Amino acid sequence: MKTVADSLWRIGRMLFAPKRTREYPEVKPELPPRYRARIVLTRDPDGQERCVACNLCAAVCPVDCIAVEKAETEDGRWYPETFRINFARCIFCGFCEEACPTSAIQLTPDFELADYQRASLVYDKPDLTIAGEGKHPGYRYWDVAGKVIAGKAKGEGAQDAPPMDPKDLRP
Amino acid sequence: MTLLAWLLLATASIVLLALLMVAAGVFTWVERRVLGFLQERLGPNRVGPFGFLQWVADTVKLITKEDAAPAGADRAAYILAPAFAAIPMLTGFGVVAFGEGWAVADLDMGVVFVMGMLALTVYALVLGAWASRNRYAMLGGLRAAAQMLAYESFLGLSLMGVVLMAGSFRMSDIVAAQDGLWFILLQPLGAALFFTAGIAAAHRLPFDLQESENDIVAGFMTEYSGMSFALFFLGEYIAVMLVAALGTTLFLGGWYGPLLPGPIWFGLKVGLICLAFIWIRAALPRPRYDQLIGFAWKVALPLALLNLLVTGWIVVGRAG
Repeated sequence: MKTVADSLWRIGRMLFAPKRTREYPEVKPELPPRYRARIVLTRDPDGQERCVACNLCAAVCPVDCIAVEKAETEDGRWYPETFRINFARCIFCGFCEEACPTSAIQLTPDFELADYQRASLVYDKPDLTIAGEGKHPGYRYWDVAGKVIAGKAKGEGAQDAPPMDPKDLRP
Repeated sequence: MTLLAWLLLATASIVLLALLMVAAGVFTWVERRVLGFLQERLGPNRVGPFGFLQWVADTVKLITKEDAAPAGADRAAYILAPAFAAIPMLTGFGVVAFGEGWAVADLDMGVVFVMGMLALTVYALVLGAWASRNRYAMLGGLRAAAQMLAYESFLGLSLMGVVLMAGSFRMSDIVAAQDGLWFILLQPLGAALFFTAGIAAAHRLPFDLQESENDIVAGFMTEYSGMSFALFFLGEYIAVMLVAALGTTLFLGGWYGPLLPGPIWFGLKVGLICLAFIWIRAALPRPRYDQLIGFAWKVALPLALLNLLVTGWIVVGRAG
């Protein structure tokens, strides 16, 4: 009997206790910057797209929601001709971001992706590409990559040593 | 009975039925909000001002949902059971006196009639459980039957003290007998036993063993969906209000109260008891069902008999 009265009192006074509910559409949650939601394609500091269409993100994607088609510019850079993510399938695991060698594909904290039609959840390259650099400012893949492109011969990259002459005997 | 009187009575009944349905709907919203507040949540607050129209949205949703009987079910009984759950409760309100002369049918055996209607719901539960062809439902139905025997044993006896003191089973006479002093002050033990049994009669937590969702899914309601589920639900909420109305009439002085008109006092008292039901639901855990039955037969029934005996001595002593 005493415990009954006790729990009635303890529960009853909660009527006037402050409530823990956060009213979502009016009060937005504060999400950490590494929260995994809507996927974007970033650009390098010059405004060039970072994606080199290596297809690693599409390969690692556990639900196969990424479709990439490679093309090549005249100066030798690879770029994606199409880059399509089906957000109706995406599970926001972030594997694509981990797999990306150029920091092109990144996940952002924007989770409000709901839509009335499935077709409008398929995002193409213009929908995915953003103007900024995302989480890796100052990173230019083509400066550090070993691949030869127009205007950057062998050994001229930022981290490259001059090419070795195999016929020279000096160390 | 003249045609005019008959029409008047029919109109009053329809208005009462409509009001009861709306009251049951509003009650579901109040219950969800109050339960939310007691659990540090807000509860439904989106549809309409303060979420008040939530019950309308719920009703529309339930009407549009598929109402399918499971394979192997006894279809006729399956469809009939929810009606048996709601109709006796609505009928029971026919004899309740909401104010001086405010009763659809002020029967001279009103209290007994309400008790009978309250007891009838157990048929709905057992029938629905049997018709569902579901083991969980069957367990729930069996518990409903066992629990009914347990609480009915002292529900009737607990209010017999009041009937002795008022000298009548008629609702309006019982209220009129409380003009000066409410019977809850003269019959505290009877009132406590009555409300305990009332919780069980309305199948509310902590005595909702027949649908206890933690161990038997939803008991007798397991297979029900759509509008037949809603009828069981309606029956439960109207049962709570019926028990509250009966409690108000028997122990809280019915429509008596200062300043405000009688029916409003009656409504306020019924609402307060309903709130207490929600509070008890939020606060108390569900007992094992042998514990409830043991309590009913070994503690509550002897107490109710003792209460009746002592009240009888006093009433006879005063008369003599």
